[in-house]
Amino acid sequence: MSSKYLIFLGCAVPYRVSSYEISARKVLAKLGVELVEMPEFNCCGLPLDPVSHETMLILAARNLALAEQTGLSILTLCPGCAGTLKKVNKTLKEDKELREQINAHLKESGLELKGTVETKHILQVLTEEVGLEKIKNAVVKPLTMLKVAEHVGCHLLRPKEVIGFDDPEDPQTLKKLIEATGATCLDYIDETECCGAPSVGVSDKVALQLARDKLNHVKMVEAQALITICPFCHIMFDTNELRIERMFSETYGIPVLHYPQLLGLAMGMTPEELAFNELRVDTSKMLQVIKEGVN
Amino acid sequence: MTENTATSKEPIKASEIDPKFKYELSRMHGSEKLLRCFQCGTCTSDCPVARFSDTYRPRTIIRMAQLGLKERVLNSDTLWLCAACFTCTDRCPQGIEVASVIRVLRNLAAEKGIVPQVFKDQAACILESGYAYKIPELRIKKRETQGLPPLPKGNPENIRKTLKGVKFLEKTEKEGEQA
Repeated sequence: MSSKYLIFLGCAVPYRVSSYEISARKVLAKLGVELVEMPEFNCCGLPLDPVSHETMLILAARNLALAEQTGLSILTLCPGCAGTLKKVNKTLKEDKELREQINAHLKESGLELKGTVETKHILQVLTEEVGLEKIKNAVVKPLTMLKVAEHVGCHLLRPKEVIGFDDPEDPQTLKKLIEATGATCLDYIDETECCGAPSVGVSDKVALQLARDKLNHVKMVEAQALITICPFCHIMFDTNELRIERMFSETYGIPVLHYPQLLGLAMGMTPEELAFNELRVDTSKMLQVIKEGVN
Repeated sequence: MTENTATSKEPIKASEIDPKFKYELSRMHGSEKLLRCFQCGTCTSDCPVARFSDTYRPRTIIRMAQLGLKERVLNSDTLWLCAACFTCTDRCPQGIEVASVIRVLRNLAAEKGIVPQVFKDQAACILESGYAYKIPELRIKKRETQGLPPLPKGNPENIRKTLKGVKFLEKTEKEGEQA
């Protein structure tokens, strides 16, 4: 069965996390998931929710209405976009009065939201659509020597009542997907805690302390890499790792990979193909472990 | 923005209290269940930000809102520290959407013109390009060499039309012009 999705890139991915997009597109293509580009784009609205809920609703609804015209479901790389589009679709579908208010805005650019589009994060597509079996079958170079830690982050799981995916207190989806590559996924303290990204710009100090706390716990279990599925979490741990090391006199050297990069390696793609060169933290030691494991 | 003593230790004056504030909030989307809070402290003890901030305490913010300390809570810098991780919302034994109450309070603060710069910048970018960040031209061009399809374009004109009448944006735009 071939599946087809509208890919919703969001803002953070094209802004500074292209390694995620490159690896996700390669992996999805090989697994038979076809991606169609959004006809036009605007931010999902989440960044402005703190200052104007109304703006967020309109921006999200605009994307949903654009997607409805294509008749395709949305696939996002960013859990923030996925959470927002899901939440807004649900809210507006259930609240007729609010839907009419928002539709009055959309009408200005000839759009209307009906509430028919489903949004899925890439992790959901991988588990629900592609399935673990197919993923395991696609693995040609099992990463059996590798021990990693996972960080799912918040918005793929919370608020539970709205998202309804996995168990936010003890999520298993990413762990299972990691294990499908042959790697071991380690447990660590406060695995479900926030990376701190949303507080950047308001208090960098607090935000970086959150990320540092997580990196400390990941280091404690001697993980050889940290696996993320969110561009913002990735920025916090990869882009900011050196900054955190300097700021708090710590040494981590923990590579931070997008899950599609890890899966891509197991599927036989090269680090170059998977845009490892875009990562900040040196991955050579980890890649050596994999190489020795395979040989 | 610095952390201030938003949850000020100054004694509360009766004149500061807006007795209707909690009812106003109870009618707003997201803070409907505010009155159910009995100050158990689950939100604060499970809050990842509260661990590293000396001032951010969701329980305190909820109590201040219930008490009607409208000006104090809306003027507090601390309000902006919430990372919206929704742990408090998921764990509140009273079913209060704590993170959403904080969002409602932030929205009210924004209506008064209290908006941290980061949000103003993002709003301006969205109106200009559709994207929340100014994506460097170099990155857009680099996509081709990276084997990526062209970046979907925003439609600023239509975005503007759609957002017509949204007070927050009209206000920040006006300020931007004056600045």
